[in-house]
Amino acid sequence: MAYVITEEQQLLQESAADVLKKAPVATVRQLRDSRDDKGFSHPLWDDIVQMGWPGIAASEELGGLDFGFRSLGLVMEEKGRSLSASPLLSVCLSSRILQKFGTDQQKEIVQKINAEGTVVACAVQEGDFYQPLDVRCAAIPEKEGYVISGQKDFVADAHVADYLLVSAHSDEGLMTVILNKEQAGVSVEKEFMMDSRYYSKVALDNVRIEKDDVVGSVGKGKEVLNDLTNVGNALLSAELLGLAMETFERTNEYLKERRQFDRPIGSFQALQHRAADLFGELEIAKSISIKALDALDEQDFMTPALCSMAKAKCVQVAQRATNEAIQMFGGIGMTDDEEIGFFLKRARVAAQQFGGYSYHLDRFARMSGY
Amino acid sequence: MSLENFRSEVVEFLQNNCPESMRQPVREESDTFWGGRNATFKNADQEKWFHVMAERGWTTPGWPKEYGGGGLSKDEASILHQEMRRLNCRPPLFSFGIWMLGPALLRFGSEEQRLKYLPDIVNGRTWWCQGYSEPGSGSDLASLQTSAVSDGDHYIVNGQKVWTSYADKADMIFALVRTDNTQKKQIGITFLLIDMEWEGISTRPIKLISGKSPFCETFFDNVRVPKTNVVGEEHGGWSVAKYLLTHERSNISTAVDSDVMTPLSFYAKKSLGIGNDGILKDPAIRAKVAEWEIDGAAFKFTLDRINQEMKAGHSAGAKSSFMKYYASELNKRKYELRLECQGKRALAWEGEDYDEGKIARQFCRSKGNSIEGGTSEIQLNIVAKHILGLPGK
Repeated sequence: MAYVITEEQQLLQESAADVLKKAPVATVRQLRDSRDDKGFSHPLWDDIVQMGWPGIAASEELGGLDFGFRSLGLVMEEKGRSLSASPLLSVCLSSRILQKFGTDQQKEIVQKINAEGTVVACAVQEGDFYQPLDVRCAAIPEKEGYVISGQKDFVADAHVADYLLVSAHSDEGLMTVILNKEQAGVSVEKEFMMDSRYYSKVALDNVRIEKDDVVGSVGKGKEVLNDLTNVGNALLSAELLGLAMETFERTNEYLKERRQFDRPIGSFQALQHRAADLFGELEIAKSISIKALDALDEQDFMTPALCSMAKAKCVQVAQRATNEAIQMFGGIGMTDDEEIGFFLKRARVAAQQFGGYSYHLDRFARMSGY
Repeated sequence: MSLENFRSEVVEFLQNNCPESMRQPVREESDTFWGGRNATFKNADQEKWFHVMAERGWTTPGWPKEYGGGGLSKDEASILHQEMRRLNCRPPLFSFGIWMLGPALLRFGSEEQRLKYLPDIVNGRTWWCQGYSEPGSGSDLASLQTSAVSDGDHYIVNGQKVWTSYADKADMIFALVRTDNTQKKQIGITFLLIDMEWEGISTRPIKLISGKSPFCETFFDNVRVPKTNVVGEEHGGWSVAKYLLTHERSNISTAVDSDVMTPLSFYAKKSLGIGNDGILKDPAIRAKVAEWEIDGAAFKFTLDRINQEMKAGHSAGAKSSFMKYYASELNKRKYELRLECQGKRALAWEGEDYDEGKIARQFCRSKGNSIEGGTSEIQLNIVAKHILGLPGK
């Protein structure tokens, strides 16, 4: 268990910061204002694939770098700091699932993700809330395969995906299947969210799949969805941590610059104490996020609990950091011209992805036997 | 010897030498051994455990051998600490000499002072107490007024200290006194070592809201102290005091750490019960307990992280301030929740069934966590100034 990063990891984080500087918050604004149909910078995504980030945690034999989730978390942290949008989370997550549970044929998709930047979106939410084991989407057996019907919601990157990872229930239990998006019966309708990114409704109308398209085996569905919840939330905790730290640092700088009553507002104790308290919360959040990512790498039996703890804590801290930012920036913070509002909006959307605060509090408590 | 060999030796030693009864959690005050000139042991196990550790200098594993310490490297000392925790070994000796004065003497003391005082700390022969706060000088410690007036090779000390832990039991006190009041208040403070048996010293216990009296008022009435008892420079006691406070803070944050390990949900489950749905019967308390447990675990990981960062050469600096702050607030929240979780059981003030009101008394005591060793507000001031670089007035 190492909290201190290696030199190699430090280099990775620095290069991530450098690359993502090319897509600063101004880029998010420009993509938003021009209503870009992807919602992210494609040249940046090409760079990300070139750098091999989708495969940071994937095994070398599948074309990955095998640096582990702790390393991937450092990139996610920088992603959170820069607010840069890309399908990175979706592909890292689906790649993990296919590598861990998939058949040899399905693992070829991981190779395509790593080599070409093929996008696989994770369609595992139905309705307004994340309840991954409460699946209405049905898989009815037919001949050598299944017919899938149902609707998925809040699917990140489905609008640019090549494949979809979809959860469904059948008489034999929960399952996840991998679909080609072009398959008959699949329709994707993108929706524009507060963070200026697209999430999609995915309708599945009698989509026919082969038995080979089931990830792993039919009975594995619950295990797959739990793993997806763990990994997705550990990575989001790192993104939220980066977002919260950047927000906090910008706010702290502003406290030193902004003058009222002939002195910097940061000299007022009422604000100093709130800033200092928030600093402590950020340190606490950082430790639990690292712990969760490390647990994934070490296959620690505490992994599921730690991932929910990390997500809950980072959601809470990011919420506070962004709220305090707006309040301390005052009227300026309410304007669209000031960038701090973008952090507020992204924090709320990232918080809900793969389960919000109360979802993870509940999940943690259940795992702890209460 | 490699660290792994050292670890296995430590484990073997602890297993052979730490009596079973010394591997139980501390339940009451007499379970802790504080040493001193009038030291008494609660039982033979406590005595055996203390002696076997003191002989090796392992009451102060990291201190140099020439002063009676264990002479262990940082890594070795942390292995010993880890293994003691793993086996639940109680600290063999509780001592402000170990936690506070010793580190200050190692840094600022003269060679004579180190040779004179440190071995007696290691061997539990001197019980030290701390004389810092005064009735008029709490958070504004540097405004202290207890005076030490030069009289040849002695000082004459007059004044009053407050919140001196166990002053009624201690043999010696390390105190901050004013030797010059013509300058800025931080200059002109001197760090002085005083024997509690000397003429003119008296103490009076202070009864707390918990009903206990771990603290005293200490009065100095024309006490003659030799000038050789100054630690560091005359008038330069403030830097010694600040150094020592940093140690006090990190001790308070690790002290809470061991308590964090008892899951709050254990008490909640026992008192409130689990419903057929497998969840705690009171959903509002359940959420608060889960929040606390996440913060408690994350705090423990943060202690580990900061330790690792320090070993890797990063300075902890003012981080000890926010750790102290966080630890205190966490402990206060915990006792609020124990009252909520345990209902009447946690309110009893006495009675065998209620461990003589242990929970209620600890609840009351916890309120002092964010006051002693620098209030939460002072810690936040330090973080704002030294970590965040926020401007003063």
